[in-house]
Amino acid sequence: MNEHVGLRGRAWFQALTGKNEPLTGDPGSVLASSSLLGNEASLFLCVVPNPESRFPCVRDGQVGLEEAYTLATRVREVIDEDRDKPKAEKRPIIAIVDVKSQAYGRREETAGIFLAAATSADAYASARMAGHPVISLVAGHAFSGGFLTHGYQANRILAFDDAGIVIHAMHKEAAARITRRSVAELERLGHEIAPMSYDVKDYAKLGLLYKLLHVENPLQPTAPEVETVKQALIEAIQDARAGSTDLSNRLESDAAKQTRKASIAVRTVLEAQWQKS
Amino acid sequence: MSTAEVFPAFVSRKSFIELDGRERAQSLFDQNAWTELVGPFDRAESPWLPMQGIAPQADDGCIVIKGKIGGLSAVVVSLEGAFQGGSIGEVSGAKMTAALDLATKDSEAGKKTAAVLLLETGGVRLQEANLGLAAIAEVISSILALRQHAPVITVVAGTVGCFGGMSLAAGVSSYVVMTKEARLGLNGPEVIEQESGIDEFDASDRALIWAIHGGEQRVGMGEADALVEDDAEKIASTIREYVKAGPAFEHRSQQVKLYRDRIAALDTSQQIDPMSLRQEWSSNKNSGGAR
Amino acid sequence: MEQIEFDYPAANRHITKKAHVGVVGSGDMEVLMEPADGDGARVTITTSVNGFQDSWKAVFDRFFSKFDGAVKIQINDAGATPGSVLLRLEQAVEVIEQ
Repeated sequence: MNEHVGLRGRAWFQALTGKNEPLTGDPGSVLASSSLLGNEASLFLCVVPNPESRFPCVRDGQVGLEEAYTLATRVREVIDEDRDKPKAEKRPIIAIVDVKSQAYGRREETAGIFLAAATSADAYASARMAGHPVISLVAGHAFSGGFLTHGYQANRILAFDDAGIVIHAMHKEAAARITRRSVAELERLGHEIAPMSYDVKDYAKLGLLYKLLHVENPLQPTAPEVETVKQALIEAIQDARAGSTDLSNRLESDAAKQTRKASIAVRTVLEAQWQKS
Repeated sequence: MSTAEVFPAFVSRKSFIELDGRERAQSLFDQNAWTELVGPFDRAESPWLPMQGIAPQADDGCIVIKGKIGGLSAVVVSLEGAFQGGSIGEVSGAKMTAALDLATKDSEAGKKTAAVLLLETGGVRLQEANLGLAAIAEVISSILALRQHAPVITVVAGTVGCFGGMSLAAGVSSYVVMTKEARLGLNGPEVIEQESGIDEFDASDRALIWAIHGGEQRVGMGEADALVEDDAEKIASTIREYVKAGPAFEHRSQQVKLYRDRIAALDTSQQIDPMSLRQEWSSNKNSGGAR
Repeated sequence: MEQIEFDYPAANRHITKKAHVGVVGSGDMEVLMEPADGDGARVTITTSVNGFQDSWKAVFDRFFSKFDGAVKIQINDAGATPGSVLLRLEQAVEVIEQ
């Protein structure tokens, strides 16, 4: 499973855009393309492993400094180019997510990767707030700082439903070490406590996903399967356009009303007390 | 003769770091001009911690206080670093997001309300993993919505510091205030040593840690705005100034070209000397890049 | 994790205030003290450290031997020593007796 990190992202970027290269001047770890989705030009972005990266801690598909600032640059280009367009014509931005994690390196910390990550999240969120439909397709792994940087500011999130999809805050071994449990205990806890689970079907119970997609061979999708996914992305774009530009939809699904009821309750109580204070 | 006359100021200085999360929040407001919202007696606890045998805290480690700072409307959201390392769980994250959203709503209706975030946190609470991570994404989004209308001021005072996903919250804030003792970064030294080896980062090397993550370095690098002494009155006074200053004219997290060029100019063939980089970046603050 | 309850029906003095003290940090605890729902005092403890029921009872027997307020006490505990528990309780009493 782990050895596929990054491969599924690249495979889906290629399947959806027909392209497989970074733009001129961009690092090899960021694939970007303006491609048609339906009859609408959309910006597709994907972070992939770059074994030749100048940064040693980024070569396996981590999201590092160059990746974050490149993503921010490409997203802000689209925001600027569409600045005067009416909301219905703001181009969609599709983040294909298959990232190992954020980069864990001294160079990165020294040069302020926290700010790089913030800059990318800012760009994606600003696009969303300006009216661009921002859609994330989790094609593989989506961990922690990597996902916060690339994908988690989307209006709508889609994911494949198989065991190759893992969305989480920290990979199992490290999480087990830090919480002083065994990996087996952590897995067991995940069965009872949905937010701790590494299974995307449990993630779906949190109410954050727009749709779970099924594909027989995720690394080599058939043409009909690619069409199905394109159609799902188009529907997500329409759904995003019809809704709000904030993230309030993440508390509105039936699943969220169940699994995130403590969030909903505390928001309600806080608002009531705020108005009275 | 009063104590203030007999003893020098540093003795009567009140440490901000020694205050707990609630006391820190209270200390920032004008006298008698604050109310805590969803406090401990509302018992908005984590539903997830008791399921795994961990005692919850009645406020889930997040204190929300609303009131006046320098006569201006503000809400302070303070993370209790001693509870689960200040980590973000479902409820603590929801309290922070809700407070930001309500400040935004008031601001949009004409009552500008600043937010002050006291971040002592390691990031996501692993016992709530995906709900903690999702909550952080929502906090980031809500800061971005508010900061257009009113300042969002992050304070990292120590000793926990601000790490993990919440470092992005600091990154998108209007202003960041730190002490020398505080640290700010995406990954802490232990995590880097674990993931990338001890040669990459020796987590026992305290000098290295502060040279990279410490408040003096972050402010010197232009990644934070103010370095303040660990003194409750001085910190409160700094916050008052930033609340009064209003929204930032330009946000650090929007200066893409500046930072992209700076990163492109880095020599990555070996580790980067933090002091040299600080000097280089502070000497070309306003230019688009070194070349 | 354990949930422990004690009742002290003789603690009947009318109380009007509430107090919150402490943090659920390692080796520490928080106390929520408020007027009781009915007669007497009730204590509810949620602790992540199991097996100390007798120790908790001893602490509260001692506390209520000197304090007669009709209070509802909730404790969230992460391993505070009996000495720390008494200290936190005393801090809470200071607030409600102000």
